[in-house]
Amino acid sequence: MSVEALSRPRPAHDGTDAPLVEIVGLGRTFDLSKRWLNRVLEGSGKVTLTAVDGVDMSIRRGETYALVGESGSGKSTIAKMVVGLLPPSAGSVRIDGVDIWKELGGAEQRQIRRRIQMIFQDPFASLNPRWRVGSIIEEPIKAFDLITDKRERENRVGELLSLVGLDPRDAGKFPHEFSGGQRQRIAIARALSSSPEFIVCDEPTSALDVSVQAQVLNLLRDLQERLGLTYLFISHNLAVVRHVANRVGVLYLGRLVEEAPARTLFSDPQHPYTKMLLDSVPDIDMTGRERTPIAGEIPNPVNPPPGCHFHPRCPLRFEPCDKVRPPLKEYGQSRAACHALEEGRVSAHRD
Amino acid sequence: MSELTEMVETPADVPPGLARRVIDSDLFYSFRRSPLTMVAALVTVILVLAALLAPWIAPHDPFDPAKISIMDSLYPPVWSDGGQSGFLLGTDNQGRDVFSTILYGMRISLAVGFASVVLALFIGVTLGLIAGYVGGAVDSIIMRVADVQLTFPAILTALIIDGVARGIAGPRAYEDIVFWVLVLSIGLSFWVQYARTVRGSVLVEANKEYVLAARLIGLRPATIMFRHVLPNVLGPVLVIATINLALAIITEATLSFLGVGIPPTQPSLGTLIRIGDDFLFSGEWWITIFPGATLALLALAVNLLGDWLRDALNPKLR
Repeated sequence: MSVEALSRPRPAHDGTDAPLVEIVGLGRTFDLSKRWLNRVLEGSGKVTLTAVDGVDMSIRRGETYALVGESGSGKSTIAKMVVGLLPPSAGSVRIDGVDIWKELGGAEQRQIRRRIQMIFQDPFASLNPRWRVGSIIEEPIKAFDLITDKRERENRVGELLSLVGLDPRDAGKFPHEFSGGQRQRIAIARALSSSPEFIVCDEPTSALDVSVQAQVLNLLRDLQERLGLTYLFISHNLAVVRHVANRVGVLYLGRLVEEAPARTLFSDPQHPYTKMLLDSVPDIDMTGRERTPIAGEIPNPVNPPPGCHFHPRCPLRFEPCDKVRPPLKEYGQSRAACHALEEGRVSAHRD
Repeated sequence: MSELTEMVETPADVPPGLARRVIDSDLFYSFRRSPLTMVAALVTVILVLAALLAPWIAPHDPFDPAKISIMDSLYPPVWSDGGQSGFLLGTDNQGRDVFSTILYGMRISLAVGFASVVLALFIGVTLGLIAGYVGGAVDSIIMRVADVQLTFPAILTALIIDGVARGIAGPRAYEDIVFWVLVLSIGLSFWVQYARTVRGSVLVEANKEYVLAARLIGLRPATIMFRHVLPNVLGPVLVIATINLALAIITEATLSFLGVGIPPTQPSLGTLIRIGDDFLFSGEWWITIFPGATLALLALAVNLLGDWLRDALNPKLR
């Protein structure tokens, strides 16, 4: 099966437009309570943090879905649940129809794991400093028994290195001999080595110099076109998201507040939080104009505001906002969760 | 200029040989920069070689009763009055050559030291890895056991184990197993340090992204621990092991000196010091002083090596 898995034609857009990744009601809480004995002695109760709260989203084959949000909005937690590193407390993650958290331990789960890979934020921590680059890249190949022959495996590693713009001879070096951008290329080569279809990129450029960021982003886009990859792209950098994303989801305190095609989101944001985020980005067109800074700070997620989490900072706040959680509804091409939009208090579209 | 051409000519794709890598390494550089360390290394190498090659170097075989004559007993060293030319450092009360017994004694001391460090290393590193990686209740239990172990002084632990083993085995069989009893008792009293160090490093390493990447492809925790995490936590462990080697040799000597260790028929350095101690006040100082000096020299040299290794591997001191 080893070679078959590699050479098997990728499932192209089959017309049915079934999403590759389906996330339904995904939630995750963390227990921050003190230890049992301390709780009993000090009389304090359980403390939980809701990092992700009922997120629904779907990612179509071949697209780049970007998740944006401030620190603590749950972006990385979602990423970890989607790749199978962190079990969700609620909801499900389906890849190609298979619930990755239900098929535990079986052959099917192994198959699914091969098809999901991840690129991490910090290229200095994501490569084992004691391993040679070649061993790092071939580890997934070995783990999934994709190529059993040693020479063939070495050839494959060389191919992968050239694919990401490095020299096949670099396989014999150690990670510390490379720059940040080169290391991120190595990490990308490792992610590609199991021939995945879906790659989660967790802020893959935030640790890199600006000049190198563009190179890595272009490489990712290139690979997407050549290999038909699907990306979930996590970032807090709106400029980067604008560059790579087809669709964008905006997270606020663990909830999806808006989701729209990238072009629509940037030209015509619906949710007041999205508007606020975009107004804070410096833009060449607005030279001379004052930027609108983001008002207020993200509240403490241990004790989030009731109703719509955004209401304390929201300019459109009114009656139900601090009591009822707004549902995600469609407005044109966008989906947004806002009472003000729902009741038509603001016109959904700019004219 | 010539250096420059040399650098250019070095082919980049040929991985340098092991010898070249050692010579180019930071560790070797700091070794060359420290004369004290070089002397310590030299002394250690000479002493270890002397111990290993004892049957060929030693002028007499102190364990062969046929070759020992009670008539030769209590000769002083050659350079004193009454010294005999065949006995460099004099003889003890049974007529054994002190120089030869020191060589043979060092064998036993070093063997006990190495074996107990290896045992402590094995127990400590394994438990530390498990505690750090698994966490939760397992971590708590292992570390509480370690805390309890730490409240017993090493000598006390060794005395308890020694006493129990002596009681079970009986006096005759005990002589055959005394080596392993010593290794067990010293090893068991030193594992805590390794466990704590490894656990601490594992807590740092296990959250790094390269471990996440390994978990992502579904590797088993044991595989991740030994292939990914372990090589990255071994640096500090190596330092402790070196310093502990000296400590283990001294502990063995202490136990033997107290009479619970290696018996006088196959003396270790500690046993020799104890035997000589009886004659110290009657003027036969050489029987105890020479083994004592050898022990001090050995422990000092190994300790200095350990100190250097600790400083050389500590990035904060660079």
